[in-house]
Amino acid sequence: MRMLKPVAIPLIAVGLALGIGAIILVVSGANPIEAYGALIDGSLSSQKTIGRTLEKATPLIMGGLAVAFAFRAGLFNIGGQGQLVVGGIFSAAVGFGFEGLPWIIHAPMALAVGALAGAAWGSIAGILKATRGAHEVITTIMLNFVALNLTDWLASHSWKDEGILSRTPAVEESAVIPLWGSFPTGFLVAVAASIACWYLLERTNLGFEIRSVGLNGDAARYAGISVQRIVIATMAISGLLAGAGGAIETQGVVGRYEPGFNAGLGFNGITIALLARNHPLGVIPAALLIGAMEAGGSMMQFNADVAPEITDIIEALMLLFVATPIVVRWFFSRQEVAEVSVTAGWGSP
Amino acid sequence: MSNLFTRYRWVILTILVFVFVTLFTAEFQQAQTTAVLASALRQSTPLVLGALCGVMCERSGVVNIGIEGQMLLSAFVGFMVASATGSLIAGIIAGMATGALMGASLAGLSVTLQGDQIIAGTVLNIAAFGISSYFFQQGLTLPSGKTPQVSLGPLADLPVIGRVFFINRPLTYLSLILIWVVWFVLFRTRWGLWTRSVGEVPSAAETVGISVARVRYTNLIAGGCLAGLGGAYLSLEAVGSFERMMTNGRGFVALAVMIFGRWNPIGIWGAALLFGYASAVQTQLQFRGWLADDPQFIGMIPYVVCIIVLAGFVGRARPPAAIGQPYSRE
Repeated sequence: MRMLKPVAIPLIAVGLALGIGAIILVVSGANPIEAYGALIDGSLSSQKTIGRTLEKATPLIMGGLAVAFAFRAGLFNIGGQGQLVVGGIFSAAVGFGFEGLPWIIHAPMALAVGALAGAAWGSIAGILKATRGAHEVITTIMLNFVALNLTDWLASHSWKDEGILSRTPAVEESAVIPLWGSFPTGFLVAVAASIACWYLLERTNLGFEIRSVGLNGDAARYAGISVQRIVIATMAISGLLAGAGGAIETQGVVGRYEPGFNAGLGFNGITIALLARNHPLGVIPAALLIGAMEAGGSMMQFNADVAPEITDIIEALMLLFVATPIVVRWFFSRQEVAEVSVTAGWGSP
Repeated sequence: MSNLFTRYRWVILTILVFVFVTLFTAEFQQAQTTAVLASALRQSTPLVLGALCGVMCERSGVVNIGIEGQMLLSAFVGFMVASATGSLIAGIIAGMATGALMGASLAGLSVTLQGDQIIAGTVLNIAAFGISSYFFQQGLTLPSGKTPQVSLGPLADLPVIGRVFFINRPLTYLSLILIWVVWFVLFRTRWGLWTRSVGEVPSAAETVGISVARVRYTNLIAGGCLAGLGGAYLSLEAVGSFERMMTNGRGFVALAVMIFGRWNPIGIWGAALLFGYASAVQTQLQFRGWLADDPQFIGMIPYVVCIIVLAGFVGRARPPAAIGQPYSRE
């Protein structure tokens, strides 16, 4: 029981969410067993579908890490979507813009440029917060809309493919992050990023400063930590992670940048970060769960005739149960469950 | 009045500058000027209603990041009900009830369960998106059409102002009245005093016998009605149908409007007109075919204005002191 405690809340939340999801399915006239069966069928039944789940989980890990990392400094980054598309289009630009480079240089270079573009985009919100006090929740959301318009413009002008569609040309073969059988190699990059985040947060000075600012900004300031510097650095790293997620998606899955690229990732990132309780390694199983739901969503529509948006409702329910520990506390008699408080009002820091 | 002017001089000056810019860019063509101004008023209406919801919540000490979701789901339910019953009034009431119900959920999560307020609001947003997309059916229409245009007799004949303010649809008029109602409630009634004291120092309010939970619940539910009205405005008055994600970030812009308006309904109106104006110019530019090859840059205008305003003003704005903190009696 003691061993189970850290994962108990997420597990109960997932169970409750699936249960209520089943009730919604019944109310809307579908068979929940059939629907969930199709969901599992479409995500875990064969090597191919497992590969697809991993492929879906990869950008989710990166998006979840981006949110979880910022949460550790007390920042709420809803801008994962914008950072992701900016990262995606810049990695695409490097991917199709250079010819004749060897894979070992070209693919990492495109990935790095995408990640840095995401970092730059994320740091805008960090700078506005640190210097002007503009709350990151609003600026990151506004920057999402700006990023979508900006990438749309780039994909229909400077970096447009031949033909009528507004999209970039396909990336060169040498920039592709390949499939290894049905296993997407990009997944390994995401796992490595999780481990790197864990190391950075738990084992380095910067990580200590980030966690201090997250726990108590005033105390951190008195201890001589520059809160402004940490806010900007955290948003940049958070954007770096989301941007790298966009780059992996471009180089490993889509093969180019096109509009409608991985919509809705920002919100999934929040769900995943909270399911993982902001632990960088916990992000991996949380992302696999959501990734499986996404991978199986189309099968569910096909086999059980259920709109895949039901997974959005289930995700919202998971988030609800994870974010309000009191609901889950009913399951533990007189046991203390640690509070999750991750954000402050408009004022800080 | 002079006090009002000093407090809102930046808002007022900005609006004046924009009005004059319109007058000159339109080369004194009255028809175009009034078209832009009338469009600015229409675009500002959902922002006003969303921001009034925000101010009700935040003055009582609860951050409501879920306005976007409240408006989206209200727009959806309002449209579905109006479409099924054929009655616009039923649709509007259903929209308000939806907003109120979501406000009550937010209160339940953040007041009773003491969850994190920003996350509770995000839950509302995601749930609204999921529910409205899941249950939405293509091809439904409003049997009675949009809400009708009402012209206020002789007032409508006034030059410029008449066409901007006095030939509108009912929810637009209602929102213009609600600005003053909310202002009066917050600053001239006992309830308003309770609300503001709960938002500043809840422990002191509780000491003199005000129930923090009751004030917050009531304000969140009342605010939810306002946001619901904003949602109903979008589907039943502005567009006349429902589309996925039709709020398009307006709930978040409304929060910026609330901050820019300094948590005061009258300031909010000025700020909302500014944003409405930015959107109206955007539409007008598209209409005239300027930057026809680069519509994306025009599409960015409202959001960029929002960021600039936040970066320029929020640093100096002071939110209610107890905002964001769950209150529990020791």
